[in-house]
Amino acid sequence: MEYGFTTAAYVVAAVLFIQSLGGLSGQESAKRAVWYGIVGMALAVLATMYGPGSGNWVLSLILIALGGSIGWVVAQRVQMTEMPQLVAAMHSLVGLAAVFIGYNAQIEMVNVAAVLADAPTTLSATGIQAWLHEQELGAFAMKIAEKTSAEIAVLKIEVFLGVFIGAVTFTGSVVAYGKLAGKLPSVASKLPGGHMLNAGAALISAILLVLYFQGAGSWTLILMTLLAFFIGYHLIMGIGGADMPVVVSMLNSYSGWAAAAIGFSLSNDLLIVVGALVGSSGAILSYIMCKAMNRSFISVILGGFGGPAGEQMAVEGEQIAIDADGVAAALNDADSVIIIPGYGMAVAQAQQTVSELTRKLRAKGKTVRFAIHPVAGRLPGHMNVLLAEARVPYDIVLEMDEINEDFPDTDVAIVIGSNDIVNPAAQEDPNSPIAGMPVLECWKAKQVFVSKRGQGTGYSGIENPLFYKENTRMFYGDAKASIDSLLPLID
Amino acid sequence: MKIGAPKEIYPGENRVAMTPDSARAIQKLGHSCVIEAGAGAAAGFEDSAYAAAGVEVVTTDEALFEAADVIVKVREPVEAEIARLNASKTLISFFWPGQNEALLNAARDSGASVIAMDMVPRISRAQKMDALSSMANIAGYRAVIEAGNNFGRFFTGQVTAAGKVPPAKVLIVGAGVAGLAAIGTATSLGAITMAFDVRPEVAEQIESMGAEFVYLDFEEAQDGAATGGYAAPSSPEFREKQLEKFRELAPDIDIVITTALIPGRPAPKLWTEDMVKLMKRGSVIVDLAAERGGNCDLTVADEKIVTDNGVTIVGYTDFPSRMGTQASTLYSNNIRHMLTDLTPGKDGVINHNMEDDVIRGATVAHGGEITFPPPPPKVKAIAAVKRDKPKELTPEEKRAAEVAAFKAQTRQQVTLLAVGGGLLLLAGLFAPASFMAHFIVFVLACYVGFQVIWGVAHSLHTPLMAVTNAISSIIILGALMQIGSNSWLVMILAALSVFMAGINIFGGFMVTRRMLAMFQKS
Repeated sequence: MEYGFTTAAYVVAAVLFIQSLGGLSGQESAKRAVWYGIVGMALAVLATMYGPGSGNWVLSLILIALGGSIGWVVAQRVQMTEMPQLVAAMHSLVGLAAVFIGYNAQIEMVNVAAVLADAPTTLSATGIQAWLHEQELGAFAMKIAEKTSAEIAVLKIEVFLGVFIGAVTFTGSVVAYGKLAGKLPSVASKLPGGHMLNAGAALISAILLVLYFQGAGSWTLILMTLLAFFIGYHLIMGIGGADMPVVVSMLNSYSGWAAAAIGFSLSNDLLIVVGALVGSSGAILSYIMCKAMNRSFISVILGGFGGPAGEQMAVEGEQIAIDADGVAAALNDADSVIIIPGYGMAVAQAQQTVSELTRKLRAKGKTVRFAIHPVAGRLPGHMNVLLAEARVPYDIVLEMDEINEDFPDTDVAIVIGSNDIVNPAAQEDPNSPIAGMPVLECWKAKQVFVSKRGQGTGYSGIENPLFYKENTRMFYGDAKASIDSLLPLID
Repeated sequence: MKIGAPKEIYPGENRVAMTPDSARAIQKLGHSCVIEAGAGAAAGFEDSAYAAAGVEVVTTDEALFEAADVIVKVREPVEAEIARLNASKTLISFFWPGQNEALLNAARDSGASVIAMDMVPRISRAQKMDALSSMANIAGYRAVIEAGNNFGRFFTGQVTAAGKVPPAKVLIVGAGVAGLAAIGTATSLGAITMAFDVRPEVAEQIESMGAEFVYLDFEEAQDGAATGGYAAPSSPEFREKQLEKFRELAPDIDIVITTALIPGRPAPKLWTEDMVKLMKRGSVIVDLAAERGGNCDLTVADEKIVTDNGVTIVGYTDFPSRMGTQASTLYSNNIRHMLTDLTPGKDGVINHNMEDDVIRGATVAHGGEITFPPPPPKVKAIAAVKRDKPKELTPEEKRAAEVAAFKAQTRQQVTLLAVGGGLLLLAGLFAPASFMAHFIVFVLACYVGFQVIWGVAHSLHTPLMAVTNAISSIIILGALMQIGSNSWLVMILAALSVFMAGINIFGGFMVTRRMLAMFQKS
């Protein structure tokens, strides 16, 4: 009866989780959806604690409360620009938890095996069951003890996979956090040997799996964990800053698969369902990000941009600078303005100023819109969140596909801290490393202003012909300071 | 060489082909200049001013034709003037070779070279000598001034202490150079200006001058680029539609300025008698096409008439001449530019280069031959607009494409299902039943996940990551199941997991809520 109740609660929780993800299809329904998720989670936790196999619930509650309050405080304090590193850090926790839980399953397996070895050989199958109940095993150990040998074999594979994915997620997320928080250099760096090291580590892990499967003992699991830690570390170290949206969503996916693998080893359907949901969500996000950069998932994971396929087009002309007065004059004359924010806006914390500029321009009856490239920023949807924080209404924040056709009818396009996503070389130069990547065609606007710190190239190191175009003017300086200097000039 | 400008013989012609300023510029090319006494008087240039500019002043036209090697004129020459030419002389003036065949033959017989200013091809390089445009510009301006002169009200709308004045409504037909100049003048006087042209591509120019383009809903549109920027005759259906539109506008319009001309043809009749009847008393029509028969049925060339219903119709043909000083300044500059092209060495030697597009195009007689009409210029006046429409697929082709796409999709899906199903069955052969039960749940959950996540809005990807992060801490369930273990190691590891997952659950959901609360509509 108790078991039935838990399962029923799981079904309800699973439905709530699906609703919670589905609700994110619109800004308004999303506000409701997050509550579905919270209720589902509460239900799942309570049902598990109430259900069989659980004990020590006082300790559990204390720990949840403790962890929860830390999470609460962090979530309240975090700046919206720091969102990418927060998400990465939280992924690492899931990964580590998966490793621990996998280890626990292994330890229990060893314990149970030891207990079973002591069992009198004369007992029949039902006799063993009865005898087992006399031993003081925990509820989870009982479950293991009741498994047949084939089921134990499958369990081993599941545990192994769960620990592996969890370990990769853990170190990978830690490195991603370091890079996003600026604590590690964001450039791609690899140890000598490059991806052969990763491949070698993965191969040894596969061999260890076979050994483990044949009963080689716990050391294989521990060694594999170390290797997986290395893979996670080295894999993400080799991926540069601009690919972070893919990395974060990929780690998101991994944390889901880790949860699913653990769900298999614990025979817990809710874990499996939620793990699969999270896993596929992350996978789709990664796919969307890769498509937005016109690169295959493999090439992103292998790190860095591929070398140029041939001679790149030489960029002719010169970058012409302009001061705030010039930009303000153009803005005062313009009827329609499109703003293209990028990571530079996030770095300079310029979103409030940009929002203020938008408000002023809109108050004068001008059409102001934002064009968001799918990989702008360091997290999928990063720019949307920043603009939302700065109270830019979401209905003037448009996706690339929605707005790209409108550039020819636009008087002024302002590029704030983005580079590769507005690079015309992607369309004009077949030899460019980013050839074929969909970009915002801002150069079709009558006038383009680029707010940029200096003359350097963007993250990818690719020369941007946009800066040399006749209708482009460079507005050098820190994004926030530049836009600040514009504000009083807009009348 | 000696460049000479005679006095215009045509009655009422005020313009002159050389001004003191242009003479100075011509002298810089190495030429010397000569002018007939009194030639510039009507345009406001005294003989003394010419003399001061270093121009020789001769008293008779005979002497001038004798002295000058190149004769520059405004109006086309008369027989007597042609008779004075010989093989060593060059004449530069308006000539209208298409309408003046006898004159052309006479010019040929004289053996002189004749450059017709009205034949300068319409290419960018030749704009500086395009006298038609510079004269049309003046005509357009003057037409509005004449209209205003004959119109009893203000152009601009005013609200005064003495009452309200409605703005004048001006319709300009034909947006060539004259039309555009008229639009500019009328709008700057404050009138509500509308303009019509058969070439839809000039709509932008019309709007840029501040007038409203009278839009005709008609399929067949003219490509002005094919005819060197000039209008071509339109089809009867189009004309019907056009007249219908004008008829609709006529009662409202105060001033109509018609400028519609088709090269080498009589002016098209666009403002019919019944439209004039529909117009209000006091309205004005200025017909810039009067010389070529007029766009209005009632136009009388060179005269101003008033119809029975009080509509004034101005049919003057000498608008540029009415602004003699301005017209002379511009025309003499056109001539000067032509001479610059004819004197490439700036050494006072005329090089009549028949290979040059502009010179060849404008020359109508040369070396005893008639060189009219000229061959098409090597450079096209206006780049042709590319108009390749995507090929329309026939219904059969469309259907076939759809069927093919459907088949390809079916094949792809069936392959995927077959391979996936096969793998599943294979797994089922080896794996225990309890595993397969969970596996079904797993596969279905993946499927649901894929279906659901595609619907998530782009802008909500960060909240999506935060919320999936929060719910991936469902892994806490595993830890909760293990925390009751009697092995202390297991308990500690499980406790740590519960703790970490706890951070994640609260942190993830909180941060998601914070983000979502920020999204707001304008």
